[in-house]
Amino acid sequence: MIDGFLALYLFMLAAFTGHEIISRVPVILHTPLMSGSNFVHGIVLVGAMVALGEATTPLQMWIGAVGVFLGAGNAAGGYVVTERMLEMFKSSKKPETKQ
Amino acid sequence: MTSAQIVSLVIQASYFAAAVLLIMGIKRMSSPVTARSGIQWAGVGVLVAVIATFFHSGMQNVVIMLVAIALSTAVAWYSGRKVAMTAMPQMVALYNGMGGGSAAAIGASALLGAALAGGAEHALTNTQSVLAVVGALIGSISFTGSLIAFAKLQGWMDKTFRFSGQQAVNGLCFLAAAVLGGIVVYHMQPHAIVLFFAASLLFGILMTLPIGGADMPVVISLYNAFTGLAVGFEGYVQQNVALIIAGTVVGAAGTLLTRLMAKAMNRSISNVLFSNFGGGGGAAAEIKGSLKPIEADDAASLLYLAEKIIIVPGYGMAVAQAQHKIWELSQQLIKREKEVKFAIHPVAGRMPGHMNVLLAEAGVPYDLIADMDDVNPEFPNCDVAIVIGANDVVNPVAKTDKSSPIYGMPILDVAHAKQVIVIKRGKGTGFAGIENALFYQDNCRMLYADGQEAANKLIAGLKAMDGGGGH
Repeated sequence: MIDGFLALYLFMLAAFTGHEIISRVPVILHTPLMSGSNFVHGIVLVGAMVALGEATTPLQMWIGAVGVFLGAGNAAGGYVVTERMLEMFKSSKKPETKQ
Repeated sequence: MTSAQIVSLVIQASYFAAAVLLIMGIKRMSSPVTARSGIQWAGVGVLVAVIATFFHSGMQNVVIMLVAIALSTAVAWYSGRKVAMTAMPQMVALYNGMGGGSAAAIGASALLGAALAGGAEHALTNTQSVLAVVGALIGSISFTGSLIAFAKLQGWMDKTFRFSGQQAVNGLCFLAAAVLGGIVVYHMQPHAIVLFFAASLLFGILMTLPIGGADMPVVISLYNAFTGLAVGFEGYVQQNVALIIAGTVVGAAGTLLTRLMAKAMNRSISNVLFSNFGGGGGAAAEIKGSLKPIEADDAASLLYLAEKIIIVPGYGMAVAQAQHKIWELSQQLIKREKEVKFAIHPVAGRMPGHMNVLLAEAGVPYDLIADMDDVNPEFPNCDVAIVIGANDVVNPVAKTDKSSPIYGMPILDVAHAKQVIVIKRGKGTGFAGIENALFYQDNCRMLYADGQEAANKLIAGLKAMDGGGGH
């Protein structure tokens, strides 16, 4: 069981990590990064799967199924649009883009 | 060790690996060189965690689970592949809203489970109950709020929706959600849970309705942070460390990103959420001078003679789908040994960095694209600055006129260039509805044309000069 101060430490360290890895990002990557972090919380799918997997009543089952549906959309959609954006970023120093 | 213990250990190890991959992924996404591998690392992380979850002990409803995942993934994958780059902000909003809804569903399931188990005997600790309620509240707001944001940016809805006493109604709705949330924590009654979710979902709608187009990206970014936090809290309810870490990292990163965006627009987050943009405003100072038009051939000869050229694109260029033609024009200029740069304002496009994506789509290498702070000192040495589809972000009024609604907003110092050419369809004002003092300056010429058409004419003009110029 993760409880009390252990949980607090966990939240605190994760929050600082998030702050640190974003703080020096160039503006050019803000949109892909927002989209990328949007994909990262797509891990919510895992939680929704557990909720559905442990559902005992029909109502919980429905709620779980909706959660899984929404979570999978978050993960899949977030991944596809982020990858599409990032694959377009090229440097002029690479030979294949030279004119 | 029994086989069940081994399976449990492998699942825990997979979640740990997923958390590491997600954090490394975000880290790699913060530099253009490694960004693409970053999203792939993060993708592997989620995939590993999802596969591991299927082996949880006592998983029920696996068929429904597989069907829901397959259906949703197919739809999201297809829509994500097909959507135009200009529509990227609303797609991010949509997928983000789905994540928020998913987190709210986890909360609903946990709370209902506790309520059905009967009063004080339920399985949740006090901390778990509180975080389940708070996570569900934030997730619900992110869910319905993001859907409204999507509908607005997609043009399915009126941009703003206001009525008198709106803030009081919103406040009451939030209060109702908070009180009901408290009742849920203390009494765990199914009826209170249903009412709590109704109030939370309604509040997400009400909160987003009055927010207008230009502020939408800030709100989407804020909801992105909300979803992250909701996922982190529901992760605690389920005692899943991967969810706690990934959710909290995104919550913190998203909050920072939201603040950076709001700062770039010269707005505070509370300003975005609780007040109206450009509502009337004071009388702006009168601008002296006149608009001086220029023909495309003359503009082309200015470019022909210039050595250093800075192009300032705005969202108008992307709407006219002119970015490919503008890049073609730039290539023609580079071929004639001119120094060409693209200057991007932090809020060019529909969200910060959106313009970079649109230029990248047209094939512009990212090292030719400069941020505002880097490029501003270069304008005095710039022979010709071309402004296309940008307006408010180059308006010097933001520095000089205290009564202007955009006063204090950081701008690109295009006004300092030796010569400015503004490509524009007509004489209309920008998003904020303010006259642009730049257009009236002595060194500024207006090229009235559609973006693509203007670029075509300039290219033709350059080529004609090669022929007639005795090369």
